[in-house]
Amino acid sequence: MDVNMNILEFKNNQKIKRADIPVMDFESFSKKILPYEVRVINLFAKKEDGKNRLYCIFADDKNKKLFLTTTYVGESYPSLTSSKPCLHMFERLIYEETGIMPEGHPFLKPVRKQDGNTYKFLESHDTQTHEVAVGPVHAGIIEPGHFRFLCNGERVNHLEIQLGFQHRGVEDLLKKRPSIQLAESICGDETIAQSLAYARAMESLSNIEITQREKLIRLIALEMERMAIHVGDIGAVAGDVAYSIGANVLGVTRTLVINTMLELSGSRFGKGLMKFGGVNFDIDLTMRTKILNMLEEVCDRTDKMVEAMFAHATVISRLENTGFVGKKKAREIGLVGMAARAAGEEFDARVFDDYEDFEITTMKTGDVYARTYLRYLEIKKSAKIIKNLLNKLEDTETEINNKRFSLNLEPDCFVFSIVEGWRGEVAHCVMTDKNSYIETYKIKGASFNNWFGLALAVRNNQISDFPVCNKSFNLSYCGFDL
Amino acid sequence: MLETLKTLGLQKNQLIKDIRTATPKDGFRGLPSIDINADENWQECMSVCPTGALKIADGEASIDLGKCTLCGECARYCKNDGIKFSKFHKLGAVNREDLIVNGELNPIKCKEEIKKFFGKSLKLRQVSAGGCNSCEMELNACSNANFDMGRYGVDFVASPRHADGVVITGPVTKNMAKALEDTYFACAEPRIVIVVGACAISGGVFQDSEEIDRSFFERHKPDLYIPGCPAHPLTIINAILDFIGAK
Ligand code: SF4
Ligand code: SF4
Repeated sequence: MDVNMNILEFKNNQKIKRADIPVMDFESFSKKILPYEVRVINLFAKKEDGKNRLYCIFADDKNKKLFLTTTYVGESYPSLTSSKPCLHMFERLIYEETGIMPEGHPFLKPVRKQDGNTYKFLESHDTQTHEVAVGPVHAGIIEPGHFRFLCNGERVNHLEIQLGFQHRGVEDLLKKRPSIQLAESICGDETIAQSLAYARAMESLSNIEITQREKLIRLIALEMERMAIHVGDIGAVAGDVAYSIGANVLGVTRTLVINTMLELSGSRFGKGLMKFGGVNFDIDLTMRTKILNMLEEVCDRTDKMVEAMFAHATVISRLENTGFVGKKKAREIGLVGMAARAAGEEFDARVFDDYEDFEITTMKTGDVYARTYLRYLEIKKSAKIIKNLLNKLEDTETEINNKRFSLNLEPDCFVFSIVEGWRGEVAHCVMTDKNSYIETYKIKGASFNNWFGLALAVRNNQISDFPVCNKSFNLSYCGFDL
Repeated sequence: MLETLKTLGLQKNQLIKDIRTATPKDGFRGLPSIDINADENWQECMSVCPTGALKIADGEASIDLGKCTLCGECARYCKNDGIKFSKFHKLGAVNREDLIVNGELNPIKCKEEIKKFFGKSLKLRQVSAGGCNSCEMELNACSNANFDMGRYGVDFVASPRHADGVVITGPVTKNMAKALEDTYFACAEPRIVIVVGACAISGGVFQDSEEIDRSFFERHKPDLYIPGCPAHPLTIINAILDFIGAK
């Protein structure tokens, strides 16, 4: 990828003066971001001094580089989605939030907004096809979303997912009254990842450097969060294929991880751990032993359980070739995170983070099997990473400091913070105005990219396989709806 | 098959035998208390509270558990350990006012008619309406092999038609207001309303959002409030058991 003056290469969490953000004309802008190998992380629009400006943040994952560029557009611009389908959701959101029209967008439907019942689902006029409508209130204890299946008998021809039910205006609230507690509540199963992205962005804008020890503790918590969810989700997949022993054993194994998180932070999901300017809780020798014991027990149980599970023909037959999204499709629709890696895509935002010698783990087949087995590999990897991080703790300061910091944001700055949560990338983009207020707070989680992947995954599958497909992705509603 | 049989032992003794006496792990932040004489300048503590739960004025001090996320932030700012969080986790209440506390909480008194109707069996329909999904995860955990709430006849069911009431999480977004109301009316009478988590009780960290619509609670008063952010499974189960008068 060549880099020219009109593109800014920057580092994760680097504070950038807004005056230094480059601008290109629209044609060069689209030429730059349209190529297949350019992976767009976020594309959003914003009104600035009466003009409409498009911001694009993209990555060259292989070379571990992040880039930023912008362009000005009028009240409309030629939609980029038909050339690069993975931009479809970004452009829908641009239209919804600013009214700027991406001309020629193939389905400019609402993203989060719901004014009455105006959402137009794809309909079929074929007499052989019937519709199945599910939600927003689902059968279990699940967040709300509406699923509209077009089926031929048991086979799903098409699934359309309408979201927005959880929309509670998190970005606006963060602009008005930023707080770590709010960041922790963007998406509860990514509590650590989201609060980490928030804290790092705010620290960068406030010129706060945190200690090595605190950096390590944050990553330990992030990996514990990853382990907990993956263990629980493999159990949930087991439950959906009626392999109850797997659901039970892994369900209680997850408890071991989150109860250790509670001992560390006071909350099973790590709420309260992160602070602006570090962490609130230290990992002392007792805590360290607790974590090590937990890792041993969890890995032992998971090894035995997952191996038995994957040796079971009835389990395997439900997972293999179910909910397939291959590598080509994954790239085309912009899948991210572990779902993309399960299809063979080689990127992981941990390469932009403070991990040493991080190696990306992938699978090839892109089916439920791959998405489930990859989680198992991730659990083992996280356990190894945590052990290494715990060892490194010994070489740092002896304890964390209890200093409190107040937000002191530098005016007219931009920062982009990316964290690899268990689901995939969590990317926060923050801009301050000339009075140091937050003018823009943009959050993009993996669910923003991946819901469409789930819709494609269930095509031509039995509708009864929907739950297991869904569980293999386990996407977030609140993380999407914000 | 044999491999699977070998894993049976892995469940170990995970079932919590006595839910009524079990306590959360150490580190849990439960019922708070404030020593009003410990600090002179409470302004800073109050200003760091993300929900406005902490009130100290005119010689009176309280924390509203209906708002409090139990984040512990206020305690980190105040001097001389002026604010403390005990491990006490049985935080449910049947009256909203009871949640405004300082070190003590009125235990839930079971009403005779509730006990008569629901004492041996309570089937609930959960409605998630805009939170962060942590409370939902904890409600799910209530039925796992650790907590096994089902042993008391308390279960979550798939259809409101089979339910005795709704359990609400989240601040109730505008986009969920109608679905929540519909679900409530789809339950058979007499039906109850349980709210779980700070954001369901008061809006919590989302209380200032323009995207929420809490008018449901003007029409339907909750019968049981279960605080937390999220509420711990032991808090949830104990509150429900006290509410229906189970042993
Ligand atoms: S613990 Fe409760 S009262 Fe204290 S700051 Fe947090 S939300 Fe406010
Ligand atoms: S009360 Fe807290 S934990 Fe529960 S849903 Fe609301 S924000 Fe999430």
